Amino acid sequence: MLNATTTVSRLGTAAVLAAATLLGANTARATDITGAGSSFVYPVISKWSAAYAEKTGNHLNYQSVGSGAGIAQIKEGTIDFGASDAPMSSEDLAKYGLGQFPIVVGGIVPVVNISGVSADQMKLDGQTLAEIFMGNIKNWNDPKIAALNPGLKLPSKHITVVHRSDGSGTTFNFTNYLSKVSPAWGSSVKFGTSVKWPTGVGGKGNEGVSQYVRQIAGSIGYVEYAYAKQNKIAWVDMKNAAGKVLKPDAAGFAAAAATADWAGAKDFNLIMTNAPGANAWPITATTWAIMYKKPKNAEHTKVVFDFFKWSYANGQPQAQALDYVPLPPSLVQKIEAYWASDFQK
Amino acid sequence: MSSLPSVAAPPPDQDVRSRLDARNDRWFAWLLKGCALLVLAALLGAAFATLWGGRHAFSTFGWHFLVSPAWDPGTDTYGALVPVYGTVVTSLVAVVLAVPVSFGIALFLTEVAPGWLRTPIASAIELLAGIPSIIYGMWGLFLFAPFFAEHIKPWLTAYLGNNPDGDHPSWVYDHLPFIGKLFSTDYPFGASVLTAGIVLAIMIIPFISSVMREVFMTVPTRLKESAYALGSSTWEVVWDIVLPYTRSAVIGGIFLGLGRALGETMAVTFVLGNTLNLSASLLDPGASIASTIANQFSEAVGLQKSALMALAFLLFVVTFIVLLIARLMLRRLAIKEGR
Repeated sequence: MLNATTTVSRLGTAAVLAAATLLGANTARATDITGAGSSFVYPVISKWSAAYAEKTGNHLNYQSVGSGAGIAQIKEGTIDFGASDAPMSSEDLAKYGLGQFPIVVGGIVPVVNISGVSADQMKLDGQTLAEIFMGNIKNWNDPKIAALNPGLKLPSKHITVVHRSDGSGTTFNFTNYLSKVSPAWGSSVKFGTSVKWPTGVGGKGNEGVSQYVRQIAGSIGYVEYAYAKQNKIAWVDMKNAAGKVLKPDAAGFAAAAATADWAGAKDFNLIMTNAPGANAWPITATTWAIMYKKPKNAEHTKVVFDFFKWSYANGQPQAQALDYVPLPPSLVQKIEAYWASDFQK
Repeated sequence: MSSLPSVAAPPPDQDVRSRLDARNDRWFAWLLKGCALLVLAALLGAAFATLWGGRHAFSTFGWHFLVSPAWDPGTDTYGALVPVYGTVVTSLVAVVLAVPVSFGIALFLTEVAPGWLRTPIASAIELLAGIPSIIYGMWGLFLFAPFFAEHIKPWLTAYLGNNPDGDHPSWVYDHLPFIGKLFSTDYPFGASVLTAGIVLAIMIIPFISSVMREVFMTVPTRLKESAYALGSSTWEVVWDIVLPYTRSAVIGGIFLGLGRALGETMAVTFVLGNTLNLSASLLDPGASIASTIANQFSEAVGLQKSALMALAFLLFVVTFIVLLIARLMLRRLAIKEGR
């Protein structure tokens, strides 16, 4: 009996302590915000949120559940912002009272496994890339490839196409680019987070694609630039919309973000592949944050805006370490103007 | 009790006790019934939920959903033929490969192996059953698929099918085109229907062989020893005594393995190649129901999501049909044996 009483009183003390801790947390300044969606931005958002929490004490809990789920959750209002690799249309945004703006920029690169060809040696243009991925160009010694690569010794080797098997923003932007540069692709395969690939084999995730590309001699695939760089896979240089052959790098991705026609795009509803700038890497992607224009939770929304503002201004080191590209200042200005004009604070 | 006046009425204590017992028994029976019904409710609930989720796909495409090979998110047209075909073929390949091996393992452990070896090997097999499927998938992708592409696939295409480099078709391809078609491919890499079947076979061997081993041990020693006494070889004892005695349980074990192969997701996703194009060749990449769902579900919206739910429902149907076939086979066996 005595024992039982002691236990009860101990439990009581513990409960009081726990309650005190909880109360303490509530009365402190920190606000916890939640976001969910795209896995493409997950690495950089988690770095940013760690640095932001250190600075302000506000924690961001980001769930990398996929763009589709992110959009579904923001529509239901269970999170403070959603993140999607595909922009929502202005009609959809208006219907749910949502607004969207870009978070960060990243590049997608074609990667190849041809013996004797290392990174930056092969050069392709969009039309040829589309024909390869359609299965119309079947061999590496095809004259169309040779014409773009004078001086490069091309083997007679069957081309194996490797694509993503899972639905992804990478596929969305890559197929969007092919649709823009190849009318045949645009009318038959179209673009989306997953498409009906005319040929090839599907690997799950960036790691699945790069694993297949490494295993299969004569293969071509596409992965995020950061992934190709960190894993030292031979990437392909691309001829951009302005006709200039470019290496994939941060400057090229930033140029694409800066020269894309944002002025003509309501709610930043613009996919920036095949951007017109002279130095713009043609397969550049962004991820959009999606939020309510009329905040459901004013306090949280304020912190979300503060988080993005802080990230745009101070997020370069984290983004660059992960091979993402921070938004160019011109675009950040447009976004902040959009916040001021379209969102209620 | 009261009808027997010669027996003294039980003391009231005991009466209360027996009534309490009866009530407790009733409650216990309800509890057990509840447990059993829970399984049924979960099964029906899951089946109904997938059917409900897939209703848009079923109503949009009707019967075409079952027979159409198109899976095209670009035009929002979906058909289940390729994933269903992939699921059935990979599982069949797995069973065809796993059954003889499992049979050998079980025989070795019950009839041939010395006593001190039996327990360690049996435990090792059970451990194999506990390995998560993602590990099999990684192993398949990083180690087995390259090995398969380098050593097994060229041999198969050269001797049974058509060479990818187009030198000349094999004798089998010329004379037995049906078999030749199964082993012809343009794809030079390791991920294929056959690879997935082999990885699945390795995954289900522990299940089938443990069941076989357990039931082989139930065969009465006196039956086997009588046969040995009459001069039978080990093989004759196994084929004529052990197998007939345990046939229905062995078939049950095989279908347990098949059921697992049908629903396996991660390992298959890694080594199947994930191509939603219909192909008769075992060496071409393919797609299964589970791998298609795992690949596309997170980013799917609208009709595509509904089509994936419909696929999940079809997996229920396929599994149900397989179990039904198992039941029918067992019943036919029972009739044949006059039981």
